[in-house]
Amino acid sequence: MLDIFDILGPVMVGPSSSHTAGAVRLGAMARALLGGQPVKADIALHGSFAETGQGHGTDRALVAGLLGMRPDDLDIPRSFEIAAERGMEFKIYPVQLRDAHPNTAVLKVEDAAGKQLTVQGTSIGGGRIRVDKINGVDVNFTGTYNTLVVRHQDVAGELSRITNELAVGGVNIANMSLCRSRRGGDVLTIIETDQKLQPDLVQRIGTLYAVHDVTYYEKEDV
Amino acid sequence: MALESMQEIFDKIEKTQKPFWQVILDTDMDEREVTAEESMERMRYTWKAMLESVDSYQSERRSVSGLVGGDGRKMRDYAAGTESLCGPYLQEVIATALSVGESNACMCKIVAAPTAGACGVLPAVMVPLYKNGGAAEEEILRALYVASGIGAVIAFRACIAGAAGGCQAEIGSASAMAAGALTALRGGDAAQIGNAVAMALKNLMGLVCDPIAGLVEVPCVKRNVVGAVNAISCADMALAGITSRVPVDQVIDCMGDVGRRMPVEFRETALGGLAVTPFGQSVKEQMNQRS
Repeated sequence: MLDIFDILGPVMVGPSSSHTAGAVRLGAMARALLGGQPVKADIALHGSFAETGQGHGTDRALVAGLLGMRPDDLDIPRSFEIAAERGMEFKIYPVQLRDAHPNTAVLKVEDAAGKQLTVQGTSIGGGRIRVDKINGVDVNFTGTYNTLVVRHQDVAGELSRITNELAVGGVNIANMSLCRSRRGGDVLTIIETDQKLQPDLVQRIGTLYAVHDVTYYEKEDV
Repeated sequence: MALESMQEIFDKIEKTQKPFWQVILDTDMDEREVTAEESMERMRYTWKAMLESVDSYQSERRSVSGLVGGDGRKMRDYAAGTESLCGPYLQEVIATALSVGESNACMCKIVAAPTAGACGVLPAVMVPLYKNGGAAEEEILRALYVASGIGAVIAFRACIAGAAGGCQAEIGSASAMAAGALTALRGGDAAQIGNAVAMALKNLMGLVCDPIAGLVEVPCVKRNVVGAVNAISCADMALAGITSRVPVDQVIDCMGDVGRRMPVEFRETALGGLAVTPFGQSVKEQMNQRS
């Protein structure tokens, strides 16, 4: 549901809330989920993002987000140059996805240590976004909450160990989803929370028995 | 926002004996779990960003296609040199709407209100009033609460995106928000605010979204002018006691219905209207050749 500052806002660099502001947020989300600055980014644009993306600065906006900028950063138009200065390689090309929203991008990012991540996300209007897939697994979250993404083994009780850590840390869960690739395989648990998570709490969850890795996206402060 | 109709806002006003803006402030506090001060500070930040979007205008800037830029300056130069038809306030409203719309097309910082394409309408009516001493900051902030409440109701009952309901949903909604805000600012009561909103939406009903080459440039920038001027005339009509024969919530629902039934060619796809005129097509070809 929209709050009044979705109506009067966002404060953003133009020209389009969906094609520019939303694109910055998709890039920033991929960066956050990777856990730091990508050195390589492969950006595939679908539908209207591919059709009119260049005129709306969607390409520069996505790169700006990957560089850690926010939708109101006046450096967004210069993001290609800044990426070159910071040594982030990127390529951008059109793609046709099946059953995807017209404003969809697939971002494949890699950090200096070689860690890779693929995020498929959609700009759903007014600068708001939705993440649809992480590494090919279906997810559904928007970045309007603090979001914890935990990849773990499909074993009994792991979810309760994760949520127990949150309970002990005084963190309330707003929304939660869990999706596994197959029985006994990898599970992606997405937890949206009302409170911010302290770094040590995120770290503790990362060291739990069956957790492979954990990433944390903190919602934009105004 | 939890308020689903203008009638619900009117009922709350009646029940609590609070003004329109305060009902919206209360709802925001409730929903986002913030204090009145926190909500107000965020509104002040939004207003400052709006002011800055006007003050940071540079007439030399041009948009990606080269079609947009410099008209805000032209309007000001003209008004400075001769007596304009529309007089001091309205000529500044026109210049401001053009300036902010152009800044948006040139990737400068603006406030989406309710969308980036319609970002010129609210600052166009508010900033000239503020600068000529016609309204103090606190009055403007209250008026912005009124505007956001109206926008939230329209977003809930109909739509505010060109892709969903055409330009009537973007410029039309912005115009309705501005009309209601101006009416509140000048002391209009809840019924008058509702009438201003209804009239503003009715006057722009059916307006299609037909951006050349899919860019937020032509005709978007100049439509911010019509949204702003329409808002002022509707506010004045409402303050004069003129009423909308069709109740405001019915007008909002009707706008949503017209939007849903609007062919997809007229909903931001650049497949109809001005986008497919020979001129529009030639701009699109030029853009394609560049990429």
